[in-house]
Amino acid sequence: MNYYESKDLGRFAEVGKFKPELMKKFFDYYGDATGTDGALSKREKALIALAISHFKQCPYCIDAFTTSSLEAGANPDQMTEAIHVAASMAAGMTLVHGVQLLNNLEKSGA
Amino acid sequence: MAETALHLIPNNKNDFNKKLYDNDINLPPLAIDTLQVNVTLKCNQACLHCHVDASPKRTEQMSKKTIDKCLEILKENPEVKNLDITGGAPELNPHFDYFIIEAKKIGKHVMVRHNLTITINGDPTTGESKMYLPKFYAENNVEVISSLPYYQEYFTDKQRGKGVFEKSIESLRMLNEVGYGIHQDKLILDLVYNPVGAFLPASQASLENDFKKELWKNYQIKFNKLYTMTNMPIHRFKEQLERNGTYEDYMEKLINAFNPAAAEGVMCRSLLSVSYDGKIYDCDFNQMLDIQIFDGKPITIFDFDFKKLINREIIFDSHCFGCTAGSGSSCGGAISE
Repeated sequence: MNYYESKDLGRFAEVGKFKPELMKKFFDYYGDATGTDGALSKREKALIALAISHFKQCPYCIDAFTTSSLEAGANPDQMTEAIHVAASMAAGMTLVHGVQLLNNLEKSGA
Repeated sequence: MAETALHLIPNNKNDFNKKLYDNDINLPPLAIDTLQVNVTLKCNQACLHCHVDASPKRTEQMSKKTIDKCLEILKENPEVKNLDITGGAPELNPHFDYFIIEAKKIGKHVMVRHNLTITINGDPTTGESKMYLPKFYAENNVEVISSLPYYQEYFTDKQRGKGVFEKSIESLRMLNEVGYGIHQDKLILDLVYNPVGAFLPASQASLENDFKKELWKNYQIKFNKLYTMTNMPIHRFKEQLERNGTYEDYMEKLINAFNPAAAEGVMCRSLLSVSYDGKIYDCDFNQMLDIQIFDGKPITIFDFDFKKLINREIIFDSHCFGCTAGSGSSCGGAISE
């Protein structure tokens, strides 16, 4: 047994076993935000969610949004570009903190 | 009718009849406006998803005698307005051209499930050229319905074999050159998308937009409509799912996506499917599972009786969840989008 079991994703709704009203609010919000065509298409939303799934390294979300992206008509090129956006943002977030490094170096006279 | 075949239907969570009963849905035939005829299981391709298990090695062919009987039924039953010829690659039946020419003579609308690459490849066993097909189709005003799993090479070749995308594009250009896909009301060229794996099709309208935009931008190709179809969990695709350990997950996905509106429009309510050896089925998928229409005995076109067939009980099984999932799936694409 692994800590993350892919079948556990199907049990997500069971988190509402206690305080179900809060879980319902979450699922309604989640469905509206990610599962509908709006100013962004369902495909664009699925690709954003796929990128975030990788950035936050959530195995359940990667499973779910790989399928969602495919079922919204996305292709592997688009899905791979989405995770490169996430990866480059992560790299950028690391590197932009180099400014803090430079500030500290200047303060310390190095 | 059908009572002798009901034992084939399993009583478990995949029970389609129970799902219909639970949703208070009754699905008697509405019409028989289309005769869908599978004239051969031989094909120049051997696609991963193929529910027919067609390939160059198959030898099953509809005889001229059986084709003549189909023509007789079309002639004697004006309610049957459409002839939908499928296979395999139907062009590999030696009587294919004859079938079309004769059906047009009696005023039927003829559709052919044309895989595009047959034009370029020719007959895989005899080497006979099929480059005449676009002109032949145009001369007979045949509606051409062609599978193209995606507007890019990767998905298309993954599903249908290496080099299929390039040949499909070449064939589509030839169809455009003789006038297919250009106008709304003549020389109709429709494309068919089906997912490359164990997932449901995207919205038909959205994919049609993508296909039109990308095929025009990259290859200057035009077509009329895109039909989305769900992969049926039978035969070769089922084997693929079982190899990947995803059959149960796929069935669960289809069952969870059951759409009552799609169920109302399933294609078996308006067509009959005929196998190469003349047996009659409710649909192409029942044909491949050999779930034949019964009336005391298995029915063939030599027993064709319109009144009895329009009053038959359609035989459903677990694979029918493939036609009722999401927006639904039929020979004419999504049902309830």
